[in-house]
Amino acid sequence: MVSARRLFKHFEELVAVDHVDFDIVRGESFGFLGPNGAGKTSTMRMIACMSPKSGGELTVLGMDPETRGPDIRARIGLVPQEDSLDLQLTVLDNLMIYGRYFDLPKKVIGERAASLLEFAQLTERAHDTVEPLSGGMKRRLTIARALISEPDLLILDEPTTGLDPQARHLLWDRLYRLKSRGVTLIITTHYMDEAEQLCDRLVVMDKGKIAASGSPASLIERYSTREVLELRFPPDAGPSRNALAGIAERVELLPDRVLLYTESGDRALAEVGARGITPLTWLVRRSTLEDVFLSLTGRTLID
Amino acid sequence: MTSGTTPGAIARHDLLAPGGPRITPLALLGLGRAKRVFQRNVVVYRRGWIFIVSGFFEPFFYLVSIGLGLSKLVGAVHVGGQAFPYTVFVAPGLLAASAMNGAIFDCTFKIFFQLKIMKVYDSMLSTPLGPSDVAKGELMWAICRGGLYCGVFICVMAAFGYVGTPWVVLCLPAALCVSFAFSGVAMAGTSFMRSWQDFDFVFLAALPLFLFSATFYPLTVYPGWLQVVVRCTPLYQAVTLLRGLDLGLFTWSLLGHLAYLLAMGAAGMAVTARRLARLVLP
Ligand SMILES: Nc1ncnc2c1ncn2[C@@H]1O[C@H](COP(=O)(O)OP(=O)(O)O)[C@@H](O)[C@H]1O
Ligand SMILES: [Mg+2]
Repeated sequence: MVSARRLFKHFEELVAVDHVDFDIVRGESFGFLGPNGAGKTSTMRMIACMSPKSGGELTVLGMDPETRGPDIRARIGLVPQEDSLDLQLTVLDNLMIYGRYFDLPKKVIGERAASLLEFAQLTERAHDTVEPLSGGMKRRLTIARALISEPDLLILDEPTTGLDPQARHLLWDRLYRLKSRGVTLIITTHYMDEAEQLCDRLVVMDKGKIAASGSPASLIERYSTREVLELRFPPDAGPSRNALAGIAERVELLPDRVLLYTESGDRALAEVGARGITPLTWLVRRSTLEDVFLSLTGRTLID
Repeated sequence: MTSGTTPGAIARHDLLAPGGPRITPLALLGLGRAKRVFQRNVVVYRRGWIFIVSGFFEPFFYLVSIGLGLSKLVGAVHVGGQAFPYTVFVAPGLLAASAMNGAIFDCTFKIFFQLKIMKVYDSMLSTPLGPSDVAKGELMWAICRGGLYCGVFICVMAAFGYVGTPWVVLCLPAALCVSFAFSGVAMAGTSFMRSWQDFDFVFLAALPLFLFSATFYPLTVYPGWLQVVVRCTPLYQAVTLLRGLDLGLFTWSLLGHLAYLLAMGAAGMAVTARRLARLVLP
């Protein structure tokens, strides 16, 4: 559905997207995982024909965004990073008017709007203005609005950033439903749990480049170990790299904690104890995409 | 007995309705998508109708103050070799000025608000609408709204007996052109504004136009060089066009004024579309 080859984007001096390649196929949910400033939004805007590329090749739904922008946008639903709801309109009118931009007949929009309000759990708020809605409600309305044209491709730019855990889980549930209906999803996020939960395949993006790509499980397998032992120490009282040598395949010393990458967290913990190192707290957990990112870039996703 | 729709009619309707390219007059003018932007304004202002009604008072204020006040002090004015009462002379000038002011107020504040504060165009441009559809749609709205006020203005002129000849009816389409010209340029200018402070420039430009464009007295009161300057200004073009039509003084130069205004509006529209693309689709 989307194919990019050496896709490039710069703003004046600043390189935002640096020669990336990816292919997104019909029906999958594809993720872009990366910290702020990685170039995710810039990439989404190019796919949505809202920003011209500076170089490389890009095909969306088999068309060239440069020449077929309106045709492509007609078949894409975009949930931008910042909600761009029409604050001068009511909840229902946001859907109605947006649908009119796609040249849909009023009757069709009306029917779809009713079921989308249900989907977004906003039926009771249909005639309220948008302004007083909570962040989660606004986000759901933005998603409902993007679905009014029944798009082939739904682009979600950081769908849950800034939401509380409850609102996030509700949104994830809605996105699962879309996925199971066969809508192709593109999701950007800097939350590794979101990427693991929602994405069939993803690329890890950093500083405009793609650092790795694959399914969440395959990325973890390739770039991390099965388990991680997390140790916390008082500030500036952590052990040195030498003191931990040989315990794990890889060691990351972060400002607030030490991560030991190993096949067995328990065995590593026993070895730490045997060497007389006593952390404040410890935790054995599975590897996550956060660990993949750390191993690829040496930095954490959210700083 | 009331008749329902016949089955045949339903079938025809279904064939035409869904999504496909429909041939409407607006579509033929390339305004098929711009119409959607216009419709959004209709919905927004359905709730804010008070802003629309408030605009109707302006002609009353203008015409009453001039009619009761100034006209008592000023005698007849000569245009094209004929003498006209001052009220008849000044009314089309005020109509032009009112069309200009309406266009400027509407387009600058509203467009800035929607572009920079409400981000209305960000979401419009994530749909099949393009920057020029947005520019055209907003202009359609501005012109219709301006036309509504000018229509009221002309009716008030007629009620007060301030019209020159029945040709005044031509002032309405001409006033739409005036509205187009100033709306286009006002929108284009607004797209360059960075903050509300920049609106001071709007007043800096509009006030001298209002006062010096032969709105209140004939151009001949100026020395020669100043006449040349004033002739180039857009409000002078508008005033002269509307006055010529109202007084029934038809000359070829009216077409020149019309062309000037249309070119001005078209240029403003083109610049607005380009600026929207730059600002919203970087
Ligand atoms: N319109 C713009 N003008 C200038 N720089 C921009 C613009 N949009 C994004 N950038 C820059 O491009 C880089 C990538 O940004 P973005 O694509 O928003 O990253 P992400 O969505 O991953 O946080 C950032 O350094 C950002 O400051
Ligand atoms: Mg972003």
